[in-house]
Amino acid sequence: MTKVTMTINGKPRSGNAEGRTLLSSFLRDELGLTGTHVGCDTSQCGACVVHVDGKAVKSCTMFALEADGAQVDTIEGQADADGTLNVIQQAFQDYHGLQCGFCTPGMVMSAAALLKENPKPTEAEIRHYLEGNICRCTGYHNIVRAILAASGQDVPAVAAE
Amino acid sequence: MPKDSGIGASTKRREDVRFLTGTGNYTDDININGQTYAWFIRSDVAHGTINSIDASAAEAMDGVLKVFTSADFAEAGGIPCGWQVTDRHGDPMQEPKHPILAEGKVRHVGDPIAVVVAETPEQARDAAEAVEIDIDELEAVIDMKAAVAEGATKVHDDLTSNLCYDWGFVEENREAVDEAIKSAAHVTTLELVNNRLIANPMEPRVAVGDYNRAGDEHTLYTTSQNPHVIRLLMGAFVLSIPEHKLRVVAPDVGGGFGAKIYHYAEEAFVTFAAKVLNRPVKWTCSRSEAFISDAHGRDHVTKIELAMDENHKFTAVRTDTYANMGAYLSTFAPSVPTWLHGTLMAGNYTTPLIYVNVKAVFTNTVPVDAYRGAGRPEATFQLERVIDKAARELGLDPVELRRKNFIQPDQFPYDTPVAVSYDTGNYDATMDKALEVSDYAGFEARRAESEGRGKLRGIGIAHYIEACGIAPSNLVGQLGARAGLYESATVRVNATGSISVFTGSHSHGQGHETTFAQVVSEMIGVDASQIDIVHGDTSKVPMGMGTYGSRSIAVGGSAMVRATEKIINKAKKIASHLMEASEADIELKDGQFSVAGTDKSVAWADVTLAAYVPHNYPLEEIEPGLEESAFYDPANFTYPSGAYICEVEVDPETGEVDMLNFTAADDFGNVINPMIVEGQVHGGLAQGIGQAMMESCVYDEDGQLLSGSFMDYTMPRADDMPMMNVDHSCQTPCTHNPLGVKGCGEAGAIGSPPAVVNAVIDALHRAGHKVEHIDMPVSPARVWKAMHG
Amino acid sequence: MYNFEFVKPSTVEEASAALQGEGAQALGGGQTLLPTMKQRLASPDTLVSLTGVDGMVGVSTSGGTVTVGGATTHAQVAAEAASAYPALAALAGQIGDPAVRNRGTIGGSLANNDPAACYPSATLGSGASISTNKRNIAADDYFQGMFETALDEDEIITSVSFPVPEAASYQKFLQPASRFALTGVFVAKFPGGVRVAVTGASNNGVFRWTEAEEALSKEFRADALMDLRINHLNMISDLHGSQEYRAHLVGVMTRRAVNAAG
Repeated sequence: MTKVTMTINGKPRSGNAEGRTLLSSFLRDELGLTGTHVGCDTSQCGACVVHVDGKAVKSCTMFALEADGAQVDTIEGQADADGTLNVIQQAFQDYHGLQCGFCTPGMVMSAAALLKENPKPTEAEIRHYLEGNICRCTGYHNIVRAILAASGQDVPAVAAE
Repeated sequence: MPKDSGIGASTKRREDVRFLTGTGNYTDDININGQTYAWFIRSDVAHGTINSIDASAAEAMDGVLKVFTSADFAEAGGIPCGWQVTDRHGDPMQEPKHPILAEGKVRHVGDPIAVVVAETPEQARDAAEAVEIDIDELEAVIDMKAAVAEGATKVHDDLTSNLCYDWGFVEENREAVDEAIKSAAHVTTLELVNNRLIANPMEPRVAVGDYNRAGDEHTLYTTSQNPHVIRLLMGAFVLSIPEHKLRVVAPDVGGGFGAKIYHYAEEAFVTFAAKVLNRPVKWTCSRSEAFISDAHGRDHVTKIELAMDENHKFTAVRTDTYANMGAYLSTFAPSVPTWLHGTLMAGNYTTPLIYVNVKAVFTNTVPVDAYRGAGRPEATFQLERVIDKAARELGLDPVELRRKNFIQPDQFPYDTPVAVSYDTGNYDATMDKALEVSDYAGFEARRAESEGRGKLRGIGIAHYIEACGIAPSNLVGQLGARAGLYESATVRVNATGSISVFTGSHSHGQGHETTFAQVVSEMIGVDASQIDIVHGDTSKVPMGMGTYGSRSIAVGGSAMVRATEKIINKAKKIASHLMEASEADIELKDGQFSVAGTDKSVAWADVTLAAYVPHNYPLEEIEPGLEESAFYDPANFTYPSGAYICEVEVDPETGEVDMLNFTAADDFGNVINPMIVEGQVHGGLAQGIGQAMMESCVYDEDGQLLSGSFMDYTMPRADDMPMMNVDHSCQTPCTHNPLGVKGCGEAGAIGSPPAVVNAVIDALHRAGHKVEHIDMPVSPARVWKAMHG
Repeated sequence: MYNFEFVKPSTVEEASAALQGEGAQALGGGQTLLPTMKQRLASPDTLVSLTGVDGMVGVSTSGGTVTVGGATTHAQVAAEAASAYPALAALAGQIGDPAVRNRGTIGGSLANNDPAACYPSATLGSGASISTNKRNIAADDYFQGMFETALDEDEIITSVSFPVPEAASYQKFLQPASRFALTGVFVAKFPGGVRVAVTGASNNGVFRWTEAEEALSKEFRADALMDLRINHLNMISDLHGSQEYRAHLVGVMTRRAVNAAG
């Protein structure tokens, strides 16, 4: 076991990790941050997406030791301290961008990364960016609408084709 | 103006806040002090004889508590099947034992053989590699028709063959249907496959067993759509634990789609092992493990014949289907290709004679059971594909051929020749709406534009009906169900007027906490924020049959309405006493009781307080307190229906199909929360489009699963899906439940696959490729092959 | 997964020394290695992370050559090579998904040499040079079949140098589940001739389609390929496409790459 220290959602956090401890396991099992979910074991589904040093990564495909000393942002740190949802979270609720909620943490973290890179994405750009996040409930329709709304764009204007 | 609360309002979901902030409570988030971890050792061959299992080295390894094998379960029962089908000769289906851990033989890749329990998950998995298992591999039976051929290797030695049952429906019509087909003016025949699928809810299954020795109390936390059903099946049939000593909790569940209905071996294992070890035992399924341990769906091979007279009126339908059961009978498996399939073969049409034959077959594959739609997608796919083919053969407009055969609004209630009676519907209305919303009339201009870009554009139509609101207990009892299919609810009004509703329905994405509260809020007139919906815990909710078959609002919602009506009746009695008025004159509006024709009124909270602080209270007439329960058993199924239209572009160079747009015009009867209903349809469409275009579960001839991970099983992604036009303005309310609701959860997955395939075939025909059918998924490689021979 | 010792050296020399150890293996971004280790199909005793090694990250351009550090992520290449070598940047931007591109590295991809990976096609198609801690290896010598390369056990890809062609394009037909290339073709037009490299299609991994190169070197037009058919016998056949289908896609994707390269 090795002691690992990261700045998680702005606060220093330490815990123990083996070489093989995945960042996702470290967050969930060692630190109790169970908002990050694990939906596959082939790095496809994206339920585990967090930000490491500002970049979206799949926390199930990174060792905790690789993140030693890094800034890590997870779903638990997205809302304000008083519980107010951030603009992306609020848009997901407003546009019914989630159902069972399991893929949602990864979706929100990916959406945040997208809007940082591209503040006004088109519908096609949103769909392409979400390539690594699988949702089984929503058909993505309302996720795309939520992200358009979060970017301040006109949502009702989007219809089929 | 749309409403902003109560029935019909698109109320935002209250459950979202916890899911959006990472504070949901899924089963894998539950960790109990002293918890141990189970690792299942599963068969890597499809069929084999277990010669020996030597766990001595593994049991000596660090952290290992015990290695379990079938010998440890000598006293336990097998995993039960909840439905018995009687075959066309009057005999019961063949029903093999389904042990918790393999007894002597393994019968599919993934069949559990032994389980290591250790202090950490890593120790359990490390030790699993030290368990020495000697298996003689046997020939695997994979293909269904080969499985029932003379001399085929048997999956179960103690059965007479691999045929589970040979079902005929309606058997008395068999000869009349044969005659009608012989004498028809036109018969269209189609052979097709309904591809095997894997539900893949994003949350893999998890089970945590806990045991309290002092009270001899068991608790199972599990990813289930129906915790009470698990309590019943596991408690009564597998582990002999009475209900009062067994609590089953299904907390936040990350999607189900059918795969989390069934009672699984892992649930029984952790419950059992927790007592043996006197420690909590946790099992978390990996996605790879889910592919070989979750029940699969669909997997039918069918020949359908549609007979017509000179006027193109349907005169008969005959279908022959082989349905894969897999290696064992999962909880509801026998009912899916029979009662959930054969009863829907009338579709929306007046076909007078129908005969359905289904041969259910055991193979060395993972058990197959209900997946979103369950039987109804298979029925709809056959009918809507064969009608399209018939229209093409006869040079008819596919819309007009359907319209000519639609059951008309004045024919309801309509008794079909396949045992069910549709209470209401208006199929021309949904067809008209879909044509309008999709701008069907403008298709040719869009096709020409696509052609200009070198793409082949096609349009596909399907009209579906489904039987939801499962189910009338007396009817399903006659059909072989071993349980009732009612639902229960308890409404507990607290002293200050807030309300807790305990429902046997289970929400795993459907938003019941929001919609159920909308209904009670509307009925009583208190703000929805004063109402909590409690579900998923057998220690809190008295009884429940759970959520599947689009039954929650139609059956669970109705139970809640009945319980709420009892509450209102009692509260009116209390109010009449408080206001010294006749009970008959008491009116409840907006949370206020008043006496008709007077200005006397008393607030909801005053009445509820009086119920619990009965100082001024008619104790001689009514008990204190305000809590009521109701069980609701539906009088009939509900029958949602709708018209689906989609447009695709085929790339003639690669065969790639681009889904351009999808229109759904559904009749769900009354709608509680339009936003949530639309979301349910979007999700159903994605799964139906997924089935039609990309998803496929494939075994090789040795029984190895080739599509064993997301690397090979294609899940629809955001860029595979179009924006969807979803309309539910056509509403013929259900006539037999108090809310007039029909259910909306499965519709999208039922109606969409034939629309997609019809669109692809249409695109090819318009470009001169005389392709009659392509089996799903219509992958680029298959479309290209169909075009180029 | 099996446990291992994790080391994170800061120089190439330290990394090379660490890789001399029994059971040591290099770790780039881990986007292929970690899933493999989860399945217990790889069991290194020591993982030597290369992401902290000095001088192995970044994209630089000099004299008609774009050089990419071995530990440079796909996302960085997509961003930083966009003006100097747009086709290479576009290819990097199509690997996996955004989160994978933020971790996966060019060195890791080339060392693994997955038969359906994207980078091998650009590397072979550009006639790139692979620099290691020991030597430079020409792309034509580097790829030696599915998952096989010229690398020694303790050899580290420190950088890859791509001669920038006059025109180039990568056309990828997705394997729909994994989003790897079912067939991907990289076409590069140099003053001395055209190179065509195909990934995803062959049982032997990435390969050059020499007949197409000859035809395109004479005339750089998609029509020049109309009569060419590639033999399907060495192609991959799986759930997602037959040998014949892949062979057909090689033709289609090559023509599209020529058209896109202009």
